[in-house]
Amino acid sequence: MEDTPDLGSPAGADPFTPQARHLVVVSGGLGDPSSSLMLANRMATAAADHLSAEGIVPEVHVVEIRLLATEIAEATVNPSRSAALQAALDQVEQADGIVTVSPTFKASYSGLFKAFWDLVDNDALRGVPVLLGATGGTPRHSLMIDTALRPLFSYLRSKVLSSSVFAASDDWGEVTGGQGSARTTPLQHRIDAAGEDLASVVGRLPARPRRATGEAKPLEVIPFEQLLRGN
Amino acid sequence: MQFGIFTIGDITTDPTNGTTPTEHQRIKDTVRIAKHAEQAGFDVFATGQHHNPPFVAPGNPPTLLAFLAAQTEKLVLSTATTLITTMDPVRLAEDYSYLQHLAEGRVDLTMGRGNTGPVYPWFGKDIRQGIPLAVENYHLLYRLWHEENIDWQGRFRTPLQDFTLTPQPLDGVAPFVWHGSIRSAEIAEQAAYYGDGFFHNNIFWNKEHIIQMVQLYRQRYEYYGHGQAHQAYVGLGGQAFMAKNSQDAVKQFRPYFDNAPVYGHGPSLEQFTKMTPLTVGSPQQVIERTLEFRDWVGDYQRQMFLMDHAGLPTDVVLEQLDLLGEEVLPVLRQEFAKLKPADVPEAPTHEFLVERARRGEAPVPGGKEGSPARKDAQERAAQAAASTADATSSASTSASTSTKEN
Repeated sequence: MEDTPDLGSPAGADPFTPQARHLVVVSGGLGDPSSSLMLANRMATAAADHLSAEGIVPEVHVVEIRLLATEIAEATVNPSRSAALQAALDQVEQADGIVTVSPTFKASYSGLFKAFWDLVDNDALRGVPVLLGATGGTPRHSLMIDTALRPLFSYLRSKVLSSSVFAASDDWGEVTGGQGSARTTPLQHRIDAAGEDLASVVGRLPARPRRATGEAKPLEVIPFEQLLRGN
Repeated sequence: MQFGIFTIGDITTDPTNGTTPTEHQRIKDTVRIAKHAEQAGFDVFATGQHHNPPFVAPGNPPTLLAFLAAQTEKLVLSTATTLITTMDPVRLAEDYSYLQHLAEGRVDLTMGRGNTGPVYPWFGKDIRQGIPLAVENYHLLYRLWHEENIDWQGRFRTPLQDFTLTPQPLDGVAPFVWHGSIRSAEIAEQAAYYGDGFFHNNIFWNKEHIIQMVQLYRQRYEYYGHGQAHQAYVGLGGQAFMAKNSQDAVKQFRPYFDNAPVYGHGPSLEQFTKMTPLTVGSPQQVIERTLEFRDWVGDYQRQMFLMDHAGLPTDVVLEQLDLLGEEVLPVLRQEFAKLKPADVPEAPTHEFLVERARRGEAPVPGGKEGSPARKDAQERAAQAAASTADATSSASTSASTSTKEN
């Protein structure tokens, strides 16, 4: 039993060389200001605070899909990618944890949001913790996370956290969360709880290997004799 | 250094005047362009292989290449690419071998998989098997060109018993093969394994991919003992449009670029020229850009240009060939030659291959005796033998123990 890792101190190491974990925020917000970006940032901040509390240094990178709109569209019809888009994809594909939020459009995520995730390598997010969020006009869209977002990340075989955060327009008016509220738990409480869930998973997984900035993904060589044998 | 042009045979409406060439016109123009390339000082003409509109590149490139062989003197006739996945390797061996005889050895091939999904089922194949098809089919093709009385069995084709290719390759030497791939490491590995050449089309992708693929091929070429990494055979594509004055080039080419098949209606001309090797400008700019390719991939043997696509009128294409031939190629030949170390080979010609075979120096697939690959294989075999021996002896020990207990 002495091999069982001590779950109480996930970083587990020398406090003088704290470990870092890279959280990548992917916001599908299309406006500026954007409630999706606001939600995503709050969720990442909550996760980062919990990681910090556990002695892990959170590095948060924010990818705003709206800023890459043209480049995403171009990349879907053409194989070359702009430096900015490639840098965003590199961040996402090397993340230790992901927070991603889309606005709800026509009962699903926005098309641009999907177009971005379509560019991510199929195997890049295998086993990577992903915390989902969505915004929408009314709470009636709140199952969008489970009917649309979750299958997308299941396809990518990421560790999709069961907690998620949906923020409807009304939620933003109830920041303090009055005691007598008849509706859901106030937004910030849900954000904090979801952030904690993400941090607890990210903190217990080893940091993923990272490449130097701009360094291309290494090519994997399968020895030719093996290819010839057909396996 | 060889310079050439490659064509995909697209039939595209000229966006400046709305005219579309007929298939017949485009085919005859392809011949005109190839013959003109020879006169303009190019070394190589390569045709694509296509099975679907809007392309009229031949379904069987030797048809066009044999016709060109009869009408040219020195031009090396090649492909860009020969579809190794969907074609029967036996027919490829026969057709290219025959072409080699007609063309007096002025033939080589670039193998490609083809990325048009629907083409595969037309030939009874499945695109998801692209790599295994390329591996098995080329291995059979290689054997057909190097052995007689072949017994063969594989996953994708009827077995062969006692099969001997006819005609045998010219002078007993198979045409040189380049393997083309944009981003499949398996194909770079394949090229290295056989000691063949590696070709990157260098048209649509950012340079990082090109550098990575060529580096992998070079390392593995050395690993398989065919020579040092910097001596491996590398070919690159490229794309240019020129005018004496670079602003005129941009103005003239823009409508064609904007409406081009594959990359049109995407990034702007300015972005695309920044991200990819496309150069639109003065001959001097084309010279500088092409020399840059050498900084990416090292000294290489063949530079191909895509010149006749996107609906450009044939007369404009011929002018472009003249500009390249007069103002670009002479400078590039001189500069590349100056930079190339003496131990880096030139692009292989039939004469070179015959001479190499005569010296007994033809590459051995998987590596000659003494190559790192061969040593690794021997080490693995020895380890496997040792562990089998261990397993056997421990099995006999336990057997004797249990005998005692009984």
